[in-house]
Amino acid sequence: MMIAIPISYSLRNLWTRRLTTVLTAGGIALVIFVFSAVLMLAYGLEKTLVATGSDDNAIVIRKGSQSEMMSLIDRTAANVIRSQPEIAADPDGKPRAAAEAIVLISMPKRGTGQEAHVQTRGIAPESLAMRPQVKLLAGRLFRPGLSEVIVGAAAERRFEGIGLGRTIRFAMRDWTVVGVFAAEGSGFESEIWLDSDQLLQAFRRPVFSSMTVRLSSPSGFPPLKLRLEGDPRFNLEVKREKAFYADQSAMMAGFIRVLGLFVTVIFSLGAMIGAMITMYAAVANRTTEIGTLRALGFPRRSILLAFLIESLFLSLLGGGAGLVLASLLQNMTVSTTNFATFSELAFRFALSPAIALESLAFALVMGFLGGFLPAVRAARQNILQSLRAV
Amino acid sequence: MPAPLIEINEVYKSYRREHLEIPVLEKISLTVAAGEFLALMGPSGSGKTTLLNLIAGIDRPDRGTIRIGGIEIGSLGESDLARWRSRHIGFIFQLYNLIPVLTAVENVELPLLLTPLSKKQRREHAELALNVVGLSDRMRHYPRQLSGGQEQRVGIARAIVTDPTLLVADEPTGDLDKTSARDVMDLLSRLNKDFSKTIVMVTHDPRAAEQARTVRHLDKGTLI
Amino acid sequence: MPLINLVFKNIFRHKLRTVLTVIGIAIAILAFGTIRTVIAMWYSGVEASSPNRLITRNAISLIFPLPIAYRNAITAVPGVSEVSYAQWFGGIYIDEKHSQFPQIAVDAATWFNVTPENRISEAEKAVFLRERNAAVVGVQIARRFGWKIGDSVRMRSMIFPGDWDFVVRGIYTGAQKSTDETLFFFQWQYLDEQLRKLEPWRAGNVGWYVVKIADPDRAASISGAIDHRFKNSLAETRTETEQAFVQGFISMSDTILIALRIISIVIIGVILAVLSNTMAMTARERLSEYAVFKTLGFEARHLVLLIAGESVLIALIGGAVGILMIGPTVDGFGAVMTSTVGAMFPIVGVSAVTRTVSLLMALGVGLAAAIFPAWRAATLRIVQGLRRVG
Repeated sequence: MMIAIPISYSLRNLWTRRLTTVLTAGGIALVIFVFSAVLMLAYGLEKTLVATGSDDNAIVIRKGSQSEMMSLIDRTAANVIRSQPEIAADPDGKPRAAAEAIVLISMPKRGTGQEAHVQTRGIAPESLAMRPQVKLLAGRLFRPGLSEVIVGAAAERRFEGIGLGRTIRFAMRDWTVVGVFAAEGSGFESEIWLDSDQLLQAFRRPVFSSMTVRLSSPSGFPPLKLRLEGDPRFNLEVKREKAFYADQSAMMAGFIRVLGLFVTVIFSLGAMIGAMITMYAAVANRTTEIGTLRALGFPRRSILLAFLIESLFLSLLGGGAGLVLASLLQNMTVSTTNFATFSELAFRFALSPAIALESLAFALVMGFLGGFLPAVRAARQNILQSLRAV
Repeated sequence: MPAPLIEINEVYKSYRREHLEIPVLEKISLTVAAGEFLALMGPSGSGKTTLLNLIAGIDRPDRGTIRIGGIEIGSLGESDLARWRSRHIGFIFQLYNLIPVLTAVENVELPLLLTPLSKKQRREHAELALNVVGLSDRMRHYPRQLSGGQEQRVGIARAIVTDPTLLVADEPTGDLDKTSARDVMDLLSRLNKDFSKTIVMVTHDPRAAEQARTVRHLDKGTLI
Repeated sequence: MPLINLVFKNIFRHKLRTVLTVIGIAIAILAFGTIRTVIAMWYSGVEASSPNRLITRNAISLIFPLPIAYRNAITAVPGVSEVSYAQWFGGIYIDEKHSQFPQIAVDAATWFNVTPENRISEAEKAVFLRERNAAVVGVQIARRFGWKIGDSVRMRSMIFPGDWDFVVRGIYTGAQKSTDETLFFFQWQYLDEQLRKLEPWRAGNVGWYVVKIADPDRAASISGAIDHRFKNSLAETRTETEQAFVQGFISMSDTILIALRIISIVIIGVILAVLSNTMAMTARERLSEYAVFKTLGFEARHLVLLIAGESVLIALIGGAVGILMIGPTVDGFGAVMTSTVGAMFPIVGVSAVTRTVSLLMALGVGLAAAIFPAWRAATLRIVQGLRRVG
């Protein structure tokens, strides 16, 4: 049986050299802050786009188009899609299928005045019923046949001059903003919505961009996909709406993660070295003490463990502080151009239990790696020499 | 009778510990003539080291004046006092306090960095000082390669290299074995006799004190 | 043996600690410089842009085309010396993941006249003009896929229907270091002919015009004249200098750039904590030594010099090592990005500014880390310092 040195021994030592403890834990805290912030950013982006899609909906686009903006669906194809048997019907017996047209409109951002693209969606009468998360915050819905639009809350916050009652000029028309809507933090909140007929007319465009359909049951997806994608008249692609929007986050989220991990790996080396320096000094300063402990009968393993615990606790302290710091970011909204859609998208830093665990685990790994060699040195010390060195 | 080199007039010194004020020196007056070799003795806590520190200008009295060579050192600013120390005081420590990364000759040379001497002159002076303490053959050694007695002799060489007005020694033999202690004391007394260095030394070793010309005792902060 | 020698000797006192600290700083400076270089890559397009080129695009946003008929009207604007045009293709080569490089349909007759920085032989230019499906590719992209003159390349497009076949007929190199060598050019006429067959309503359009002007000082007035010419038409234009155009692109991802900048500052914080810790430990161990120096007549400023010198020396050694490693790391980062995200980064060397700023950062960290210990040594009372012995 191993005789353990009380954990309080390790903790009190950290307290005794407070400045060094704070500096070392501070370094680790900064690393964990960046590490978790990056993961939170990527996760927030994914969460926003995943929330944009619904499990019951499928989206039809032209094959190869990665975003709705690039896709084209002509009216013949739209009619064929609408008549598919897997599509649910509304109480009036009409199929729940919405043909939509997407364009990007360049607008100045608030604050910087720099231009960015707003995804602008011409919606069908069926669209709103299929997207129950969309709720008006202020004003009213646009009226069909008029040059009116409603704007997503995130877009309204980020862009200049698109508040309620303002007019936006594009396609030789002035469009009045008559409403502001929320969509439970999904990507729709970064969009402008209007009547698709008005949009197509204004741009003299004969075709839609995409078609969103509500399935009667999720099991209807495979046959629908098979039939539409196999139709030789068109060149269509059918995706579950959730997967479609999630895919739009893949490139950005991947970019953020690669960049973030690359940076944090480098960071963590720095912090690990910090922990190592501290622990080596701790071992050196306590040579006599270690000798005494050994003389009292504590085996080498106990010494090793005591120093490792000290280092692990140090890193946990830093990791915890970094995580708390990062969790404060949760209220922060970030907005950037999503490479996949080429338009501005607002999203929040989102913390998940998995990210919290990963961050703390990462901190502990740093503490372990940083503390291991010094702890080995402590454990290897010769009793007599340790006692003699004053 | 030569004019006194050190004139201490009614000096008080106390330390604060928490809220308590602990008096260390009370109304000390003392004169030391040039060429004197004075040993200050007394039990620990008697204030002998504090008095030595005041004379060496590394601490300041609460009240009273200390004149050394006619200069009232309490009135000097931090910088002036530092410069005064470098010129007039050679300090010998109980634990030698050599810089471990410097060789013997480099340690001795250290105080000369504050003088306008050239590199070559500095080296010559340092070698000469080491010669005086009998360590010409240990110049390139690092402190850890020397015995305690040798280290202390390097410490003495460092103290005399600037040819200071006054040598101040705090328990110079306190950490040495008997033989080394005797060597060091012989050296100090030779410096006093042959080089007419004024020396003030704190010790609690009666054998060391024997070498001094005058012995004064302190007890509870007063001279007796 | 001036005091500065002592600084050198001091850094070898705790060899392990010094080495670890140097590595830590090297890593941090490496990360800092790498991030700066990555940001510089983003901006490399701005540097590469020519002052005597204007870009005319659709005022609504870049995804809207302009009629080919505008060409003559723009050419007629006084001050314009030559007009070329281009269209974004959005091609996918092999698959989405591994083949992201820009493909642009350009006017074969004029393109290389207005972009002299893309160097290509007259013979290759002649073939490019003659053969409808000829392509001219950047040397970097050719190297990446192992393309040689005469190779066939088949692509799909996210924007246009069908499969597209090209034959590599030319490989261009950049005239400057900042020139992008990852572009794939093919004939706009080829794109247009295919579109007339497949989606006739979309034919006859270009993505943007590149307008060469003789006098860069007149850029603003010429831009104004072009835009005025198409005012109140269905496709209003927005003309700006190429530099402003590229800058506008970059500003769309400015959130990422800001995040990167913040991260690069945080790493400096991490390393400051590590070096501060090292210096604090060092100073604590040497307090009695500082007291000895003071006893010998050395003043606060000497000690400050000694401590700051040591701190700065360690920081500069670490900084120098880090700076030397930036170049290889950036290459590695580019390779990782290419293989994971698929985006190809134009290769930009590490700039002298980045090296200088990195070194200054190291210097700053060195000085900052010395503040506390230097202050402690400077204000140390000799008696207190000496008492610490034994």
